[in-house]
Amino acid sequence: MEDEKLIKCIVWDLDNTVWEGVLLEDGGTALRDGVAEAVRSFDERGILQSVSSRNDFETAMSNLKRHGLDDYFLYPEINWNAKSESIKRIAENLNLGLDSFVFIDDQEYEREEVLFSIPEVRCVDAFDLNKVLEQVSTTKVTAESRSRRSLYQQEAKRKVHEESFEGDNQTFQKSLGLKFTIFEPSEADLSRASELTIRTHQLNTTGISYSEEDLKELLGRGDHIILLAKLTDRFGEYGTIGVAVVERTKEVLDLKLLLMSCRVMSRGVGTVFLLYLMQLAKKEEKRFLARFLKTERNRMMYITYKMNGFFVSERDGANELLEHDLEDIQTIPDYVELDAPDIEILEENVYAV
Amino acid sequence: MENRNAIRAFIQKRVNHKELSDSDNIFKLGFVDSMFALQLVSFVEKEFSVVVEDDDLVIDNFNSVDAIERFVNSKVAGSVSSIVAE
Repeated sequence: MEDEKLIKCIVWDLDNTVWEGVLLEDGGTALRDGVAEAVRSFDERGILQSVSSRNDFETAMSNLKRHGLDDYFLYPEINWNAKSESIKRIAENLNLGLDSFVFIDDQEYEREEVLFSIPEVRCVDAFDLNKVLEQVSTTKVTAESRSRRSLYQQEAKRKVHEESFEGDNQTFQKSLGLKFTIFEPSEADLSRASELTIRTHQLNTTGISYSEEDLKELLGRGDHIILLAKLTDRFGEYGTIGVAVVERTKEVLDLKLLLMSCRVMSRGVGTVFLLYLMQLAKKEEKRFLARFLKTERNRMMYITYKMNGFFVSERDGANELLEHDLEDIQTIPDYVELDAPDIEILEENVYAV
Repeated sequence: MENRNAIRAFIQKRVNHKELSDSDNIFKLGFVDSMFALQLVSFVEKEFSVVVEDDDLVIDNFNSVDAIERFVNSKVAGSVSSIVAE
């Protein structure tokens, strides 16, 4: 498997894949060799996991629980539907692209069914579990990757709150108590920042990947600022979810990269970071430029820019240079509390370099 | 007129502001967050089967019920005349 696409979610079959035998025919008492270890290993690397199994929901869940594995699987699909449909639903619930999915099943028929309807899903025979393990073995275990599953579990609780909430959307957003924090990274934050530049494709302006060393180098040069953003609400922390890389000269703030994790897409905070940077440029009386490379995945980000009043200043194929005249900057939505470095303090620090 | 009603209904569902008139600038009134902007574009594309091109993405096309109706009408008229031209 030389596919370079990151694996973000693994969907497991149950009978003869997670455990030995068929549960409804008295199987399921023993897990297959190496499965428990594999589940834990994927989990600490931040790879999400789910289940697609033709089984009775209650029986299968309690068997997973008996083996201490029930908590690892998000949005399990245990029913009698086509597995391709189940996988699509899981992807929708997790808000992840299907090309980042791996499906593990012992039955060729099921793998073919999934492959036929969603060719971008990588389907793996249960006997080849080691190949998947090998492929992810280079993925580092970080504090962030260890907590990824719990972030998605919080998100599931938010969804329940949202679905049961009566009232309009703005009132709902207010009920979440959103707090958006913009901060300058310490060295320890750079690994997460780099990870975000590699993993994020949808809300990403240019798709430039920065290694930890790249970011360190930029910080040391003094003509760039790097800012990160994190988000919390009453259900917990979303963690670090935004990165901005800005070149800052005497006349111009030039936004080389702005990204937001797709985790926060539905929170309506997509523009908060951008509005802050625009205010910074306005305060410094500089032009505000933003680089954009259009891809199949990032049209939402493009719409966000244009609907905030950016215009195309130069265009070269899919590459655009966007600019904002800074006369009319939209206000930050009142359901978000913004905590950001005071613009003047930021300035002093930068020029002190 | 039908278009206008659909647009008004969509916006009113989101902004919860009873006295909104068709000419009110919903961007200036602060109703449009990033999510709403995306939903607005997607609504126009799906509801009226028009393609919103990159160059159509300007606030002036979307900032009021009037503006959106004008935009949709111009897109629909544009596609009709191109069919006739063929």
